[in-house]
Amino acid sequence: MSIETKDLVVPSLQAHTGQGLGTGNPAEAFVVEPARARTKKTPRRTRTNFEMLAWLFMRLSGVVLVVLVLGHLLINLMLDGGVSKISFAFVAGRWASPFWQMWDLLMLWLAMLHGSNGMRTVINDYAEKDATRLWLKGLLGVATVFTVVLGTLVIFTFDPNI
Amino acid sequence: MPAGTLYRGREGMWSWVAHRVTGVLIFFFLFAHVLDTALVRVSPEAYDSVIATYKVWLVNLMEYGLVAAILFHALNGLRVVAVDFWAKGPKYQKQMLWTVVGIWVVLMGGAFYPVLQHTLRTWFGG
Repeated sequence: MSIETKDLVVPSLQAHTGQGLGTGNPAEAFVVEPARARTKKTPRRTRTNFEMLAWLFMRLSGVVLVVLVLGHLLINLMLDGGVSKISFAFVAGRWASPFWQMWDLLMLWLAMLHGSNGMRTVINDYAEKDATRLWLKGLLGVATVFTVVLGTLVIFTFDPNI
Repeated sequence: MPAGTLYRGREGMWSWVAHRVTGVLIFFFLFAHVLDTALVRVSPEAYDSVIATYKVWLVNLMEYGLVAAILFHALNGLRVVAVDFWAKGPKYQKQMLWTVVGIWVVLMGGAFYPVLQHTLRTWFGG
């Protein structure tokens, strides 16, 4: 018995898949495998809303940082001679005021956490190997904690008469 | 251009690329900036010597670049907030991007002399 030509005609949606003729149901062409199928290791549910909170933090801290950072640039880099005036004495004058100490402290914490979370997103996007991602994020975490702690200590232990 | 090298192009993608690039640049500068400021705990001389680097013309020019990166990231960040939280944000995202670019150009023009005045006064006196 020879196969007749009309038996090989397939819907156009199926024709290019190379997956055989399937069931002949055109809707099958739209069935997509879930990107992350559940495995034995997949937790039943995540414990926290960490990613949502991180997303929200980026927007809230961003709005505050617009004020803090642009104010910082205006005062330090533009007004009163621009960068010419920056010196130890200038810093001592600024940090004599608790207001500017708090400004710089808040700016340090928000900018480091905002920047660090942004870098985490970038690492997650481009580092494809699990081990590479883990190492880069570990390094990022260490650098972030180090910088935040160092900066905080510098603001609180500053001594104008050193 | 070969197929598949662009996601969707146009305002949406390119503003996302620029936001990401400026963000990474700002983060690396911030890291260096906290370290150089930490020298105030070493001695006034150590701090003033690292600040002298900030006053070299090429570094002064890079400060203008830093202001450019921060200003774009700040203005576009406000646009992202508007896209996410304002009901009509997604509809007007293109118009908001060109508004961001317009404000950025005006502010960069205004920041030119204030930021670069150290170099300009060194070169041309006054």
